[in-house]
Amino acid sequence: MSDLKKEIDDVSGVDTTGHEWDGIKELNTPMPRWWVYTFIVTCIWAFIYQFLYPSWPLITDYYEGYFAETNRDRLNDELDNVAQQRSVTLDKIRSMDLETIRNDNALNTFALAGGKAAFGDNCAPCHGTGAAGFTGYPNLNDDDWLWGGTLEDIYTTISFGIRSTHEETRVNDMPAFLRDELLTKSEIEDVVTYVQSLSDSTITATESGRILFADNCALCHGEDGKGLREFGAPNLTDAITLYVTDRDSMIDIVSNSRKGVMPTWSGRLDEATIKSLALYIHSLGGGE
Amino acid sequence: MKLLNKHAVFEKNSILLLVGILIMVSIGGLVEIVPLFYLENTIEKVEGVRPYTPLELAGRNIYIREGCYTCHSQMIRSTRDEVERYGHYSLAAESMYDHPFLWGSKRNGPDLARVGNKYSDDWHREHLKAPSSVVPETIMPGYPFLAETKLAYENIGLDIKTNQMIGVPYTDEQVENAVEDLKAQLDENSDGYDAFMERYPSAQVRDFDGNPREITELDALIAYLQMLGTLVDFSIYDESENNR
Repeated sequence: MSDLKKEIDDVSGVDTTGHEWDGIKELNTPMPRWWVYTFIVTCIWAFIYQFLYPSWPLITDYYEGYFAETNRDRLNDELDNVAQQRSVTLDKIRSMDLETIRNDNALNTFALAGGKAAFGDNCAPCHGTGAAGFTGYPNLNDDDWLWGGTLEDIYTTISFGIRSTHEETRVNDMPAFLRDELLTKSEIEDVVTYVQSLSDSTITATESGRILFADNCALCHGEDGKGLREFGAPNLTDAITLYVTDRDSMIDIVSNSRKGVMPTWSGRLDEATIKSLALYIHSLGGGE
Repeated sequence: MKLLNKHAVFEKNSILLLVGILIMVSIGGLVEIVPLFYLENTIEKVEGVRPYTPLELAGRNIYIREGCYTCHSQMIRSTRDEVERYGHYSLAAESMYDHPFLWGSKRNGPDLARVGNKYSDDWHREHLKAPSSVVPETIMPGYPFLAETKLAYENIGLDIKTNQMIGVPYTDEQVENAVEDLKAQLDENSDGYDAFMERYPSAQVRDFDGNPREITELDALIAYLQMLGTLVDFSIYDESENNR
């Protein structure tokens, strides 16, 4: 208090605050100089800062500051910067056709690396980290393709999806033969027996099963049951299947149909990423 | 130094000190928070963002009930790693009808702000039932009961009315027809389909849980997940107009 006389402490030589508790007095040690100077500098810094960066709210807007910076602009600059650095390669990937990219070693390496990263983020939840698929989600490592395994086919499937929301989506529509009352329960059993006989020589199909298959299934799955890619109809004679294939499941599939969906990625991923993904998936082992 | 020494008054009187603190904190709050409510440019101008459909709102309620937000955020920040992984950063406009917002702050799982249409309904069914059956490395618990629990949708109209009262632009028609709209979103052959699409343009209509016989909680949750982040068409969004 200013009205109190200054009292100097004998031991430290510093004056006291004049407060006293049971004979113990509080020293009035000043702030360290470096601290006081730092404090003053931060005050000056804050004063200047408010004019450089967005600071004060106004009536209808806010004060943008001299640099008018926002972190969204900063992000866009950063992304532009990255795009710029990669533009030579990415432009090539965008403009060249897939086969040419595959034959260009440097470009292909770049695309495969990008494809692998994009696969982990976007495709792995359904097709698995190693692309081996799950029940209902095709294995991408083998050479059995529903809609085709050329670079162009894979590219189309990724871009537009299967039964997706995109208007150019790949789509087929296997009828639910029992639910839609196209076949009776016993007819379906006959057809399933016939389909099983295609890959298992110990099973003998009935003549009616063969006829029912020819009338109802062959249009998409082919006379020989080997599938037709233009309809995305699977080969029914091999050991590779998308769904569980015990007899009951097969009856259920014919009765109620299955309509798996692959989402469209055009729009969500850019052109160069989709092409990189096509190259990556093509390279996994089954590419045609 | 006369003025500076007045602090002794505050130090000796606790009520006065409390009042002083409140005044200081209020000034900070007024300057930093209040402008966000009246400045029109806080929320970006976008096209396409609409209030939730009754089914989506019911799904959102389940999302809240099950505590999904404790492990999943719905906020893609404007940094390069997030934008490259999840897509365009989240806009304030995209959660302007959220009460409460579900931005979250913890990510044991991935951000879900743009999960809509990223995976198929089949996948969501499988994944919600037993996550590790499709993603072996996941630590997410299963929610198999959602598919078996009937959705309690009778009061969804009141839910929508409450949202209307706190400023979400639902029309009275939307409040009245909430239950019909909820059913219509599950079946495009239903009688209410056309009226529903008129009230909620761009809504996705189908049977989400693969079981057309029942309206389950899984229907609602998948309907909600499949629309997250899909309302704004970023190919026509004017970034320069809205950056701040």
